[in-house]
Amino acid sequence: MSSPGFPLQKVSLVMLLVIAAGCASLPAEKPTLYQQFGGAAGVNDLANAFIMRLAEDPLVVDSFADTDMDQFHGHISDQFCNLMGGGCEYTGRDMVEAHQGMNIDPRQFNALVEDLMQAMDDVDIPQGAQNRLLQMLAPMYGDMVQ
Amino acid sequence: MRKSLVNGMLILALAIPTQSVLAKSRILATGGASPIEGGGGGGISPWAVIAGYASTSEWGSSVFATKVATDDLQLDVAGVALGFNNRFELSYAEQSLDVDPLGLTLRQKVYGAKVKLFGELLYTKMPQFSLGLAYKKHRDPAVPELLGATDDSGTDVYLSASKLFFAAVADRNLFLNATIRSTAANETGLLGFGGPEDSRSIVFEGSVVGFLNDQWVVGYEYRQKPEHLSAVAENAWQDVFVGYFHNKHLAVVAAYADLDEVAGLPDQTGSYLSLQITF
Ligand code: HEM
Repeated sequence: MSSPGFPLQKVSLVMLLVIAAGCASLPAEKPTLYQQFGGAAGVNDLANAFIMRLAEDPLVVDSFADTDMDQFHGHISDQFCNLMGGGCEYTGRDMVEAHQGMNIDPRQFNALVEDLMQAMDDVDIPQGAQNRLLQMLAPMYGDMVQ
Repeated sequence: MRKSLVNGMLILALAIPTQSVLAKSRILATGGASPIEGGGGGGISPWAVIAGYASTSEWGSSVFATKVATDDLQLDVAGVALGFNNRFELSYAEQSLDVDPLGLTLRQKVYGAKVKLFGELLYTKMPQFSLGLAYKKHRDPAVPELLGATDDSGTDVYLSASKLFFAAVADRNLFLNATIRSTAANETGLLGFGGPEDSRSIVFEGSVVGFLNDQWVVGYEYRQKPEHLSAVAENAWQDVFVGYFHNKHLAVVAAYADLDEVAGLPDQTGSYLSLQITF
């Protein structure tokens, strides 16, 4: 122990410096999913584009005949923002309750997913971010389609 | 011959009920490509997906033409498939294999049927499972019989499981399929059915596909093969491919295929090109 421990200490110090330098020079953190969607403004734009697509889709448009679209816009935006970790609170009904009695079939579900995919293209959401939102929505299939 | 087949396929496809049930409700690429034995799948292996884009109460169809060219072999395939309700599939394909060094042509017809059992390709944890049949009838059985094949026809039975995983790798979607097949066929049936070594085998097939985006895919396939004949060796097939789904009507798949030894001809590697039209 009395022997000069200096080589080891020196090595440790160099290692620490390297690690510190490595951390400091790490690339800026990857944007969160919410940021990739453009934050509140981006999600708002997406909800608009989505509703435009739904309105043009004969397989789903009739289901929304009696829906308050302003409220739907607010709820779908909050839901997406919440799922993306944007910190919004979703105050709408749960997915089973919101869709029960509509007899949604797989064809309509596919149609709505495709409308959403096209809406995400319309507002230039990057492919990877699109896939991540779809990943979170896909399991809701069982809540809506019997 | 080929011309009359293609005409027949077009008539069939056009006869499909149109407009009200014009099928296009499933998501792009979920009908798969057209494997060499017809139906919906990869290039050399069937998948649990139903050909075409038909969803609930809809009809869908696909027609395809494929060419595989290795050093000594040319395989030409053309076929048609019908899908209903995203549950039932019927298919027909004609294969013609030119074995250049021997000046031979071997041809067979493949009639297929597939039913989706349970599960869902995109939306549920449970993969989509389908059960399929392929009845194959050889048209030039003399050579296969010389090599020791015991039958000029045979039926494959297979079970496939398919699943798409969203954002699985680097936020890209990943598709996996596994197929287990009971078959009497030698070299898919082009060298007849059964033989001195065995009459039937269970083989495994696997496909891995990565979606670069909604239209472009890259993948790898593996197909285990039986060894019923003693006169010639039979090996597993593999390929790596790039697929482009232009829209729900047109898809192209190009691959580099490794067929190993076929009909006594070693190291058969080469190109695979397939064009698929869906309605
Ligand atoms: C993953 C897929 C889906 C998601 C994430 C989703 C999400 C939502 C949300 C958040 C609401 C608002 C609920 C509320 O305000 O309490 C809603 C309402 C609604 N959804 Fe969906 N939905 C999906 C699929 C579908 C499908 C396939 C249809 C039918 C074609 C559909 C039809 C409707 C209708 C008509 C309403 C309004 C209900 C009303 O006015 O009371 N949804 N959906």
